[in-house]
Amino acid sequence: MTQAAAMPHDDPDHPHALLPPEPALRVKALETILTRKGLIDPAALDEIIDTYQNKIGPQNGARVVAKAWIDPDFKAALLKDATLVVADLGYYGRQGEHMVVVENTPQQHNMVVCTLCSCYPWPLLGIPPGWYKSDAYRARAVREPRKVLAEFGVTLPSETSVRVWDSTAEIRYLILPMRPVGTDGMNEEELAALVTRDSMIGTGLPTVPA
Amino acid sequence: MSGCTTHTAPEPVFAEPWHAQVFAVTVALNEAGRFDWSDWATRFSVTLKRNGLARELDGGDDYFQAWLETLEELLAEQGAAFPNDVRNLHLAWEEAYLTTPHGQPVHLRQS
Repeated sequence: MTQAAAMPHDDPDHPHALLPPEPALRVKALETILTRKGLIDPAALDEIIDTYQNKIGPQNGARVVAKAWIDPDFKAALLKDATLVVADLGYYGRQGEHMVVVENTPQQHNMVVCTLCSCYPWPLLGIPPGWYKSDAYRARAVREPRKVLAEFGVTLPSETSVRVWDSTAEIRYLILPMRPVGTDGMNEEELAALVTRDSMIGTGLPTVPA
Repeated sequence: MSGCTTHTAPEPVFAEPWHAQVFAVTVALNEAGRFDWSDWATRFSVTLKRNGLARELDGGDDYFQAWLETLEELLAEQGAAFPNDVRNLHLAWEEAYLTTPHGQPVHLRQS
């Protein structure tokens, strides 16, 4: 990084535009070359960023989970062929070509990792959080899942086993958490609000209503 | 993994604008058929493994650094963006920033 990049942005004496960090300039260089060659369209890039920043996120997965809690037929179909079922709700596309939903039960808690990189069901959860991409999580989720869960504040009964699912570019997993007690009268929307992102990765549990 | 316990605050999808840009470029190229995603994932995991040898990666900036390295290598290999051209344009952008008055839009000089 050059000295200029460290200058404060609001400095009135700042004579020139703030120099972006070194990797940002490398990305700009790639974009310029690829745009000039007609391999990418800058407007399409803006659209992709807008989609993942503002439109696709864990609220999609939460809706699927809430629906499964309410409708047994939907749940059965979801566990059988998640990709097909969520496509009907409009959740398909990039990195959602083959999604599998696994159900938590009192006997088995499930959690998801991508040990190789960061494979994740984008149409249902959006872009993964930083910790999902960290070496620590990727290495430890398989080796010591209970310890990792404890760090997320999840302590399971000793009779509940933990199964870890390794997402890949071919298969991406989503966890169907158990419906919290005390939610009998709730509708789909109210239930969806209880479904956290982490509960669908398996590193958390749904929020319990007060 | 202390970060795991402090995940309740909402975090931005992309911490830096360039993270979003390099992500979008890669997705766009994948959709244009320049490479398939499983090939990308394989290459990316090799870079992550290599970079993770020297120090533990935290999944933030270092993750997108690895992403960018992977993309640069792939595009060089495909002949879509050669390292020399990338370097020259990198320098051209740097010069453009350093010679544009603060507050003005930054453009490359016509080459």
